[in-house]
Amino acid sequence: MASVAQRLSAAGAGHAIDLRGVSRMFGALAALADIDLQVRSGEKRAVLGSNGAGKTTLFNCITGDFLPTAGRVRFFGEDVTWYPPHERIRRGLRRTYQISLLFHGLSVLDNVYLACRGVSRGRFSLLRPRRDDALVHAAEELTDLVHLDALRHRKVAELSHGQQRQLEIALALAGAPRFILFDEPAAGLSPGERAELIEVLQALPSHVGFIIIEHDMDVALRVVESVTVMHNGRIFKHGTPAEIESDPEVQELYLGHGHA
Amino acid sequence: MAALEHSAGLPAGAEPAVAPLPRLIRDIPPAAWLVAVVLLVLPAFSNSFVEAQILGWSFILGMIALSLMFLAGYGGMVSLVQMSVAGLAGYMVAILGQSSIPTISLDWPWWLVVPVAVVIAVVFGTVSGLLAVRTAGIYTIMITLAIASAFFYFTRQNYVIFNGFAGFNALPAPQFWGVDWRHPVAFYYLTLFWATLSYGAVLYVERTPFGLALQGIRDNPRRMAALGFNVNLHRVAAYAFAAVIAAVAGILLVWLNGQVSPGTAGIGPVIDILVIAVIGGLRHPIGPFVGALIFVVLRTFALDLLTSVGLAGERFNLLVGLGFLAIVFFSPDGIVGLWQRWRRSHADSQARQSAASHPGGP
Repeated sequence: MASVAQRLSAAGAGHAIDLRGVSRMFGALAALADIDLQVRSGEKRAVLGSNGAGKTTLFNCITGDFLPTAGRVRFFGEDVTWYPPHERIRRGLRRTYQISLLFHGLSVLDNVYLACRGVSRGRFSLLRPRRDDALVHAAEELTDLVHLDALRHRKVAELSHGQQRQLEIALALAGAPRFILFDEPAAGLSPGERAELIEVLQALPSHVGFIIIEHDMDVALRVVESVTVMHNGRIFKHGTPAEIESDPEVQELYLGHGHA
Repeated sequence: MAALEHSAGLPAGAEPAVAPLPRLIRDIPPAAWLVAVVLLVLPAFSNSFVEAQILGWSFILGMIALSLMFLAGYGGMVSLVQMSVAGLAGYMVAILGQSSIPTISLDWPWWLVVPVAVVIAVVFGTVSGLLAVRTAGIYTIMITLAIASAFFYFTRQNYVIFNGFAGFNALPAPQFWGVDWRHPVAFYYLTLFWATLSYGAVLYVERTPFGLALQGIRDNPRRMAALGFNVNLHRVAAYAFAAVIAAVAGILLVWLNGQVSPGTAGIGPVIDILVIAVIGGLRHPIGPFVGALIFVVLRTFALDLLTSVGLAGERFNLLVGLGFLAIVFFSPDGIVGLWQRWRRSHADSQARQSAASHPGGP
């Protein structure tokens, strides 16, 4: 905690994520238009919006999967706009994907092990890890955390959809995350799995902030302290969960007439 | 697996009284021990033709195909440049060592020639990788095929270094420890040693951080980048690793044949390596060696077989092609995949039988 605080003050900014004037064009289509978004370190934020509102593009611009057409992206005060994805990951940024992007030919444990290895030294090691390797232990603990301990040696291709979503979360928690982007983690989960997901999100250390894209309001509004609503590539509203839920414009736009 | 089953009977936490063998050795299945023993004592029962021209050559082609299998099976990159890497290593042996062209050959001793040849070939393989890793799928095949063709035409037209169309003849194999390494038995053990070493190295690297990362990149490069891996650097490193195996094989190849020419790494041999790897199977490092043995046996004996049924003997490629078609059609993961599937279905049917004979059992 202290080191995070020190790094923050050294960076001279209190924001984990700081977007200024970020735009992303796909041809003539502006998927993101002049986005200003600040998320404090440790803050839990939801991003809501209908399909095509630009939520996933926003994530891609933060992680570097796409570069923004204009604007600046800062991560804990550091300008990372032009950094490749792996440089941002090494600085403590994590994300999950809307469609599971896992390694289907590898076992559950190998998937998590790779996630742990990706943010540590020795990525090119030509020596097999020993059984008491710290990263193997870390990977085993993460599989326990997302309730996949019984399936450690199964290939990912054999896992159910819900189990793959849980593995996604484990991958995002590997190493020492400082900020996580969750892209619809509850999509396609059973009610029981959703409860487990909420548990995992609520159990995150207080200094680890996240942004969650989620259509399921029950999940989103139970785990966040603030909400940003996007519409047509722009920020439409910002507020607490209660404010957003009762906002007539948001209800009209996103929740539909029949809601609440 | 056998090791796991063995220790399953012990109470949790208990260590066996005897000091356990290293895991690497325990994990070797009995069938592999059997093959190893057969290969080791084989020269006592075979003739020099089988040792050098069938098995020696199979090991060499198997190593080159293994370097392709490593890239394709673990890294998802089908590289057609591996035969050219081997060819360049062979050329370097001729150029730096002795040959029938003393105006070009530098007459260095073999112990200096070999490491320098490997380094030069690995640099070539790595640079080819640098060009190829920015592409994927069919484009990787195209760009590596283009590099392989360029290498072929360059060696054919360059007379100053590569001696053009004729290439180099009368390349001696080294003699040390009192052994003439071109003697069939000695050469057999030499190729067996290097083939086993490369095979073991690939099998070992599969489970290292580098090998796992490579498989992750094969399954999902974008996610690997999102986990903090430098995807292209890993791919280039894989090309370098594969080039070491191909380079060693290329040196053994010119020691076997005593000659190297543009045709050594022509388009035909380049495609042969792909065919060998696919016939054997790209999933497991034993596949390339199985494919190479089938290819060499066909290539050697198809002539007799074809003339005996009244066809022109030089049409052995017809047999190879038909075999290739059958494999691609019936078993995309090659002979080894076919074998693995047969074993699995065999085990399943046995399990069913035992379940049927003990209906009340667990």
